[in-house]
Amino acid sequence: MEFELNCPVPMRHDTIQLAHGGGGRIMRELLEKVMLPAFSNEALDARHDSALLEMGGSRVAFTTDTYVVNPRFFPGGNIGKLAVYGTVNDLAMGGAKPKFLSVGLILEEGYAIEELRRVVEAMRTAAAECGVQIVTGDTKVVDKGKGDGVFINTAGIGLVPEGVNIGPHRVQPGDAVLVSGDVGRHGIAVMSVREGLAFETPIESDCAPVHRLASALLEGGVDVHCMRDPTRGGLASVLNEIATDAQVGVEAVESAIPVEEGVAGACEMLGLDPLYVACEGRMVVFVPGEQAVKAVGLLRSVTGGEGAVRIGTVTAEDKGTVFLRTSLGTKRILDLLSGEQLPRIC
Amino acid sequence: MKFLDEYRDGEAAKRFVEAIHHEVTKPWNLMEVCGGQTHSIVRFGIDELLPKFINLIHGPGCPVCVTPVELIDKAVDIAARPNVIFCSFGDMLRVPGTKSDLFGVKSRGGDVRIVYSPLDCLKVAEENPGKQVVFFAVGFETTAPANAMSVFEAKRRGLTNYSILVSHVLVPPALEAVLSSPQRRVDGFIAAGHVCTIMGTREYEPLVEKYKVPIVVAGFEPLDLLQAIHMLVKQLEEGRHEVENQYERLVREDGNRPAQDLIKAVFEVRDRAWRGIGTIPKSGWGLRAEYADYDAELRFDVKDVGGPESTECMSGLVLQGIIKPHECPAFGTRCTPDNPLGATMVSNEGACAAYYRYRRHEAK
Repeated sequence: MEFELNCPVPMRHDTIQLAHGGGGRIMRELLEKVMLPAFSNEALDARHDSALLEMGGSRVAFTTDTYVVNPRFFPGGNIGKLAVYGTVNDLAMGGAKPKFLSVGLILEEGYAIEELRRVVEAMRTAAAECGVQIVTGDTKVVDKGKGDGVFINTAGIGLVPEGVNIGPHRVQPGDAVLVSGDVGRHGIAVMSVREGLAFETPIESDCAPVHRLASALLEGGVDVHCMRDPTRGGLASVLNEIATDAQVGVEAVESAIPVEEGVAGACEMLGLDPLYVACEGRMVVFVPGEQAVKAVGLLRSVTGGEGAVRIGTVTAEDKGTVFLRTSLGTKRILDLLSGEQLPRIC
Repeated sequence: MKFLDEYRDGEAAKRFVEAIHHEVTKPWNLMEVCGGQTHSIVRFGIDELLPKFINLIHGPGCPVCVTPVELIDKAVDIAARPNVIFCSFGDMLRVPGTKSDLFGVKSRGGDVRIVYSPLDCLKVAEENPGKQVVFFAVGFETTAPANAMSVFEAKRRGLTNYSILVSHVLVPPALEAVLSSPQRRVDGFIAAGHVCTIMGTREYEPLVEKYKVPIVVAGFEPLDLLQAIHMLVKQLEEGRHEVENQYERLVREDGNRPAQDLIKAVFEVRDRAWRGIGTIPKSGWGLRAEYADYDAELRFDVKDVGGPESTECMSGLVLQGIIKPHECPAFGTRCTPDNPLGATMVSNEGACAAYYRYRRHEAK
């Protein structure tokens, strides 16, 4: 189907660049200038990880995501696990109980069926672990060279319990910002395999479902204002997205943000900032300041949340901006990157 | 993290800051030479901790920023050719040429790859005997040994499908250019530690003598920089001008001799154009005649490729410390990291990008 944009806003690039998928400003621009004007509606414009829909008296969360990771198998996970956890996590970030997934596979001619079996098996066990069923699917095959082994799309639906109201619109000054564990592991784990970088201790991806962490908060009576999983673009990008969408400021404390030693070392070597590196088993949570201690306690009581900490506070000033309090006590902007981070020369 | 957190310790930093406040009685303009140092200063807000008297000027030591636009155009031209695999350090890919950047070539189907070491390119060349593999050999003295080694090894292995596009520049001639400028504002230099890891500290002695200017070789962490500023201020207040080494844990007076020998075997000193500044005599390296076969500029005949600089970009003045990034009228409006007019807005180490990322709330 073709559609015409009434008002084509000029874009900086006339062809798609890798940075358009990088989670930074250039990707945001693509969404705002091409996708949102075409599709705009109330559910989409809420711009949450999953759309909230009222259907037949139920509140349903609906989301979709596509997985194109290279390498397909990496320390701590693989593309199959990611495809299930990622969509489960996007549902959970809307406060939903994940229920059903669809799976669309794009396979490249020549791809080994043995590996496909391993991917499918990983999806089966991941779905069982999360208590979701894969109930519909589709398979397409493209010519050799037109794909990269396997691309996976999953969509998911879940039910949002009565009384749950989560989204950037609820974030307000005074809220505490929490993170459920150390950041940057997934990105570095994948990069170390892709680039053949060997570190003394292999870095494992944090690839995991976070829906139990989300349930622990909601069932424990925490008035969660917003949750988001810091995937592409990492923690810094999530904080920026929420600051912009909620029109608040965020002040994070650098020394409070947990980064595993191996990840910090790898980032130093490559000239990357771990705050922009993807996680696949973490969540960022905004809760009322007075509930921060309780929320951290609840997160820590669940497997995968042992490393939960408070990293910052929402402020009324500097709307749309994230500040970082450095280890020297100075304050600087924690910006949204343009595209992906690039390794430095020296 | 061991050997990292120690150099970012807030309490220790406070002690150096107090010592600097105690020492300083007059205004001083200090230039940190290296872009990595600029990045650290702005990222950690080190300049905000200093007495108002001390003005930090951000120097020309960002290899991405000083690579002339003409060379970017040549890289783009070569990378776009069929049968070429063009390899580069990551941060060169977004630097705008007059028509395109290397990411643009990649999106149009060019085989452009990010590598972490030029030696990785040799493997690519061995695996792709039917293709020409070109490495964009950019950088100061720090990256020169590995770049030289790649050519040395290619020759030893008899690889005929490897070449490098050279844009090597040198720190001492750049400092001399800054010092001899009629607009000179610099009272002392924080020299680039990693450059000196290779080259040692001796080559700064003549500059210190000729221009009566103190130079302190420093590392890149907050405590390195604060200690170096303290050492510089102390020299200036006491009327001394010496080469001092703050980065003793890595830098030796003689530097790394085997690395220097390799550089000398492969490269010779040439005049080089610096983006935004112009040509500085004897300020860079090119391949020696024995290695001319590995010179991508000769192999691909790109003599006439390359357009003029953007006239609006004032990066030359920024790199010489004559203006601060936010004093440029285009800063943050017509020039942003998404849409850079010049390379200082592209690289992580570029002064303009550092100000944009960490400081634009103050620049308004």
